[in-house]
Amino acid sequence: MKKRSKNLITFLVVLVTLNACTPPTEKTRTEEPVSHPKGQASVVDDVSDPNILQVAASSEPHSTLVAAVQAAQIEHVLVNAGPLTVFAPVNSAFEKLPDGTVQNLLKPENKDALAQILTRHAAPGSYDIEALKREAKKGRKLYMATGDYLEVTMDGDNISVAGAKIVGTVAASNGIIHVIENVILPK
Amino acid sequence: MKNNNLHANALIIGMLALIMSCGQAGKNGSNGALSGSIAEKVYIAPGERDEQYAFLSGGYSGNLTVYGLPSGRLFKEIPVFSQFPTSGYGYSEETKPMLNTSFGFIPWDDLHHPDISQTNGELDGRWIFANGNNTPRIARVSLSTFETEEIIEVPNSAGNHSSSFITENTEYVVAGTRFSVPVPQKDIPIKEYKSNFKGALTFISVEPEHGHMDIKFQLLMPGFNYDLSHPGRGKSHGWFFFSTYNTEEANTLLEVNASQNDKDFIAAVNWKKIEEFVNNGGGTKMASNYAHNVYNESTHTATSTIKKEVLTVNPADVPGAIYFLPTPKSPHGCDVDPSGQYIVGAGKLSANITVHSFDKMLAAIEAKKFDGDAYGIPILNYDDVLAGSVQSGGLGPLHTEFDGRGNAYTTFFISSEVVKWKLETWEVIDRKPTYYSVGHLMIPGGNSRNPHGKYLVAMNKITKDRYLPTGPEMEHSAQIYDISGEKMELLYDFPTHGEPHYAAGCNADLLVNNSKKIYRLDENNHPYGIKSPAEARVERDGKEVHIYMSTIRSHFTPDNIEGVKVGDKVYFHITNHEQDFDVPHGFSMIGQGTSEILIMPGQTKTSLWEPKKVGVWPFYCTDFCSALHQEMQGYIRVSPAQSDIQLSWSLDE
Repeated sequence: MKKRSKNLITFLVVLVTLNACTPPTEKTRTEEPVSHPKGQASVVDDVSDPNILQVAASSEPHSTLVAAVQAAQIEHVLVNAGPLTVFAPVNSAFEKLPDGTVQNLLKPENKDALAQILTRHAAPGSYDIEALKREAKKGRKLYMATGDYLEVTMDGDNISVAGAKIVGTVAASNGIIHVIENVILPK
Repeated sequence: MKNNNLHANALIIGMLALIMSCGQAGKNGSNGALSGSIAEKVYIAPGERDEQYAFLSGGYSGNLTVYGLPSGRLFKEIPVFSQFPTSGYGYSEETKPMLNTSFGFIPWDDLHHPDISQTNGELDGRWIFANGNNTPRIARVSLSTFETEEIIEVPNSAGNHSSSFITENTEYVVAGTRFSVPVPQKDIPIKEYKSNFKGALTFISVEPEHGHMDIKFQLLMPGFNYDLSHPGRGKSHGWFFFSTYNTEEANTLLEVNASQNDKDFIAAVNWKKIEEFVNNGGGTKMASNYAHNVYNESTHTATSTIKKEVLTVNPADVPGAIYFLPTPKSPHGCDVDPSGQYIVGAGKLSANITVHSFDKMLAAIEAKKFDGDAYGIPILNYDDVLAGSVQSGGLGPLHTEFDGRGNAYTTFFISSEVVKWKLETWEVIDRKPTYYSVGHLMIPGGNSRNPHGKYLVAMNKITKDRYLPTGPEMEHSAQIYDISGEKMELLYDFPTHGEPHYAAGCNADLLVNNSKKIYRLDENNHPYGIKSPAEARVERDGKEVHIYMSTIRSHFTPDNIEGVKVGDKVYFHITNHEQDFDVPHGFSMIGQGTSEILIMPGQTKTSLWEPKKVGVWPFYCTDFCSALHQEMQGYIRVSPAQSDIQLSWSLDE
């Protein structure tokens, strides 16, 4: 954000200089706001089904996750065409982490580490519950966006990914969200 | 004599051009007309949007193209009269009926004059109409989906050129014939043209809610060529004006034989009077044969109906409804100013522009001051109806548009320029070269009561050295001028696609908020659609195999199919289960005698495949839909015709 404003100021200075040597025009474009600063993440669309980011943002139990996504600046990943399967830890899952862990990760200097942890919760592809059951039955591991492979296990009707139990599933326009009870940390 | 005049005028123009170019050079030197301020006027920064939409006719491409103004960026090509592999229009089973005619399936046409629907004389942004010139048809395109929704064939017409212009409440879209023909068609010697050939002017009613078109009546006019037309508006609403040439009724070497009369006519048609006549039972029903094709957004399917009858009107049966206004030198463009008072006829062999007065026309009619008649249609005196003549100094005037500030802009083909002149004083205010033989021009809203007089787009017929060369064929060039000031300013030029004959434009905010993003799955009533991937299946009906297939990122359901045989007709009915803006999936099958299809979110489309070879054959998604697009594929096993392998299908079994 800081970088953007700096660039804008440079741009304005250049423009003012330019304007000084050319006749003024009726309207200069610099006064108009850029309409789509964030690309796909800022598309106004109340017709399509909500995407993963929109679903998560509207879910109170995922406020910590959403804050983390924003701090890691990976919103654009969750609105991308994907498809993505996101294992979304609820707030209480983050609370189970050792004291200070979340606060520490949210610091700007830990942005990359936070992004790595969050990305580890996303699998390219759309795996609904039936697809995850097939993963477990066939012994296939889930390939995550970080390159890790996670094990899918089935105990009766309960499905777990890397030991984190799935407690709910929400379909999104660009993939699927499975709500989990634990944060999946690297071994 | 005529030729000598042409040469003399050309000389004068040449000298003028020289003088003017000197003047401009001086101007350029003083304030830098080509400096950054001009670039800024057309520069749309990344993420910003254009102010206006422009819909350019594609001419022989058969399609419409959508551009942004002022940037000249191409947004889309909308297939109208031509098969279009990019979307599968005219190839998918659902859209093949759109191109049906009384001549059978016609995969192409020559699209000429787009016109946006109006309410109270102002653009309302619901639909855009366009004419097929060759096999006469009128199309209606939705400005919410940017898809062609309806095409109606025009019988008794040929070279459907003075089309497709609409009245100020979209009561009618009007289609006039360029070539007169025997009506009804019959086997007669061509030399019997005179009095045997008729020119049909067709008034197609537009149903206000859905826009559905229906031929209300056809006026069977004398056998002239009806070139262009425009509706009356404001005070002249209820009238329609058509330029004519070949009032000589020549049937050979028209370039000479149709240029014999010093004046041809603009036909003024009081359509309200004729409407009343037919509403009271007037007119003659004529046996006919023409296709009416309608696309249903709920079933995602078009149907074609052949209609068998058309209501014709003989002008002699409705006295007082039609008059001829003498207009010099084979008039081409026939344009009406925003007030509806002035009718501009551009004699394409003339140096001057003729402007008729609607009020004077009514007065002359009232006073019954006629100069004879043509086939019973009264001819008014030229001097009685003339409002003024623009001594343009140009050569070959074609088309005129208006800026809503009392100015008119006329293109000149031979002298390659746009001339700005003032209504009522008829004086020339400015002229700017287009260099490359300009045809049409367009000011967004220019054919309405309320033009948006900021930009003017001139569409040239020639390109030559304007851009990097691309062999002997180059896309035609268009030029955008800023017309907000006293003098026009050339801002930018850009290539077009096909050949733009006319265009229509409007402010972006008229369309932006109505633009459709997805088709809702719960509103999909396609007979072969499926509501979820769980309903995917394959059914055999004799030699026909129907595959009810689903697409969602990033797989087909099913993706393994066996039991298909050589000689089968395999229909892939594909429902795109995405409900996400701008996420279509495509489909194509190896060896398929048709194009791919592109299926919009929530839509169902059908592609036909007739397997000819035994083997296992792949299909795939043609649109880069997702990160796993390259994985979006499937196989079909094709067995010999006599094989007894049962149908089976699966996904990840």
